[in-house]
Amino acid sequence: MEGYKRNMIPEPETPLPSIKTGYGLLQWLSSTDHKQLGIMYLWMALFFFLVGGAEAMLMRAQLALPELNLLGPEVYNQLFTMHGTTMVFLVLMPTLIGLGTYFLPLMIGANEMAFPRLNAMSLWITLLGGLLLNFSYLAGGAPDAGWFSYAPLSEKNYSFTPGLDYYSIGLIVTGIGSIGAALNFIVTTITMRVKGMKMNKLPLFVWMVFFNSFLILGAFPLLNAGLFMLLLDRQLQAHFFLPATGGSAVLWQHVFWAFGHPEVYILALPAFGIISEVIPVFSRKKIYGYVTLAASTVFIALLSFGVWAHHMFAVGLGNPVNTFFSAASMLIGIPTGIKVINWTATMWGGRIFFSTSMLFAVAFLIDFTLGGLSGIAFAIAPIDWHITDTYFVVAHIHYVFLGGTLFASFAGIYYWFPKISGKMLSEKLGQWHFWLFLIGFNMTFLIQHLLGLLGMPRRVYTYPDLPYYGSMNFIATMGAVLMMIAMLIFIFNIFHSLRKGMKASSNPWYAWTIEWFASSPPSLKNFDELDEVKTSRPLIDWEKTNQRNDGE
Amino acid sequence: MWESIDHIFKSSSEDTETMKQLFGYFLIAGGFVFAIVLGVTFYILRKFKVSDHSKQHFDTHESHKVEYLTIGFASVLVVSFLVLAIGAINKIQTPIPEGKEPDIIITGHQWWWEINYPSEGVVAANELHIPIEKRLLVRLESKDVIHDWYVPALGRKMDMIPGQSNYVWMQALEPGHYDGACNEYCGAQHAWMRILVVAHEQNEYEKWLADQKKKASIPQTALQKKGAKIFQDKVCSNCHAIQGTGAVAGIGPDLTHLGSRETLLGGKLRNGPGSLKDWLRDPQKVKPGAHMPDFLFTEEELNALTAYLYNLK
Repeated sequence: MEGYKRNMIPEPETPLPSIKTGYGLLQWLSSTDHKQLGIMYLWMALFFFLVGGAEAMLMRAQLALPELNLLGPEVYNQLFTMHGTTMVFLVLMPTLIGLGTYFLPLMIGANEMAFPRLNAMSLWITLLGGLLLNFSYLAGGAPDAGWFSYAPLSEKNYSFTPGLDYYSIGLIVTGIGSIGAALNFIVTTITMRVKGMKMNKLPLFVWMVFFNSFLILGAFPLLNAGLFMLLLDRQLQAHFFLPATGGSAVLWQHVFWAFGHPEVYILALPAFGIISEVIPVFSRKKIYGYVTLAASTVFIALLSFGVWAHHMFAVGLGNPVNTFFSAASMLIGIPTGIKVINWTATMWGGRIFFSTSMLFAVAFLIDFTLGGLSGIAFAIAPIDWHITDTYFVVAHIHYVFLGGTLFASFAGIYYWFPKISGKMLSEKLGQWHFWLFLIGFNMTFLIQHLLGLLGMPRRVYTYPDLPYYGSMNFIATMGAVLMMIAMLIFIFNIFHSLRKGMKASSNPWYAWTIEWFASSPPSLKNFDELDEVKTSRPLIDWEKTNQRNDGE
Repeated sequence: MWESIDHIFKSSSEDTETMKQLFGYFLIAGGFVFAIVLGVTFYILRKFKVSDHSKQHFDTHESHKVEYLTIGFASVLVVSFLVLAIGAINKIQTPIPEGKEPDIIITGHQWWWEINYPSEGVVAANELHIPIEKRLLVRLESKDVIHDWYVPALGRKMDMIPGQSNYVWMQALEPGHYDGACNEYCGAQHAWMRILVVAHEQNEYEKWLADQKKKASIPQTALQKKGAKIFQDKVCSNCHAIQGTGAVAGIGPDLTHLGSRETLLGGKLRNGPGSLKDWLRDPQKVKPGAHMPDFLFTEEELNALTAYLYNLK
């Protein structure tokens, strides 16, 4: 062992004050441990997934046949608003931030996040925002102006229940949580890497979460500013967005999409990171084009702030503006295309093993490509003038968020569950989950491209019995039922595996990033000491030099 | 109205033709790219699939060639589509000639369309009648929230924004019925804010216009006369206008020629005495959230009012 420089992991030297021995509920509530906080993020996301999923199922039931009367328009409009808001802010964000909170320190060989208390605050305030938002159901009505809350429909004189006030306050609070988490990721990545882990040796998941955090810092203040303005309009009779009193309805759209478009990438980049971890491990290959993957992320992040008006091609902007935003939006296709090629090339010449995690990663590759391509349709303004605000958008956004972010999250959860829990998820149930979800997902959303091209507007609580409308919507609803069954299997799998699952070794997938060096589950202090990192596959190097994990 | 679904596939204007052509190119290019990704992925998966997860690992022989090729190919696609898009943008959204007044002004309301022919002095609602061939300049406005005018066969879609006037060119090359709908979420009844456009040959259009310029038909039967009285007594005229009577308000749709329309309530019902009566009996049941109050008419009043209103051809 002599001759190797061993690097002590400096922090935490003493356990943080709130961490007690034992695992009572109070210990979870008061925890500042990044692993416990990460787990709670994931539970929270699962809880809200059930809420948002139930909302979606009710909507699909109402839309199953033309002119059904299961739900009135008022209820339906609340449901679709809450579904979108919940899934974006309370499911996808917490899932990605949760995985980041758990794994970012582990992957860079740190024992904690840079600011453990800020970390705890970010979690609890995100949950508080979510509860506030959902409390609106009991307080007189949920928000009903869509997750995008276009003014003046979101103003007091058109939406007079307190729903939109809860929407504003809830999202402001949740946004503060996201900003806190982003700040924490940035400082942690910059200051707490193990010796030798230069920025060009960061695991790509860390790189993506790190860069994504700058996007969060840029985008969420915009949203919060807009929400404050909306709240002032509604509560204090300001008139930012009220044309009748000198405000501008279009101003809201600029503010919202200046946040909203980066938000799409905020939900995509960490997903790219997960895919960039999973595909190499299950192909037994080093990632192809590390530098290009990292650099293209930077391009996407920068471009994402200059494309918001492609959501507004039907607003009546002039030709120069439309042309500029068309060009900028189409450019995003280039770095995204490179990523897809790099992931595919990574698999070339490898030994591809289809674990559930890998299945989801491959499904991501294909469905996300479809979502990306349909996205380019919106970037081309004259095509956008045909398909915007139809079901084509519904199809597109779900291919990006479900086929993209959610599939990647599933890939990540199947991949990392053994590390988090010390138990293996059942692969058999995992396969059922995957195939049912994949078929259901494509059944529901592929057909909606066609519905959109047929002219069916989105956000309608019912539709006339036009040719094909009824049958296509019925197929979509059946697909949703399959997805629901798949989710029940997934949840059963989690609980079953937690109790009776096979014990996981510290590195069941023979992966090579540092989180697999810790025990499964990691002890409170992740690592006692780590060797210097020489390459981007430290575990392989360390094994070669016969180092053993003395952290166990 | 329901038969007009065909027209969603059809285009009846040069603008829609341009858009459809561009979409066709996009579909070919997108389909090609997707086929490549799908094909290559499946090929790799088949070729390199193993049934056991092993500890073996390989290095990657990186070659920037693949990346350059991707960047090159994607750039060529982006540039070509940008050129095509700019061409289409400038072809569809052409500048408005100096001093040209709009042929038609359409105003969005929750949840119906107000239609004005400024040079003719004609006001209509929900059904737009236009002459064929002419490229009409339409001004779009909104009285309340943001709506969106979209009739696929006749050109692009355009938002109607309160406090702002948007202009759009509209054209129907062939006579017929064209279906459309509000495309921007505008509240409770966004679903029933559908559009019917009827395109006429020039002479027929002029005939229609002449009919519309007429004042409302005078009630003939006793029942209709009773209905007219109820219309005045029950303050219907606070919101609705019937040309030639004392009712001149512009809050709800103009009813001067209500009986001549094919549909009611933004496409919710086919026009007819029965559906008109259903609506008057319980507006919130037919179209929940609509701004029409329930007047709790008796059956007798309903019959009279329906007879009067349906007679307004």
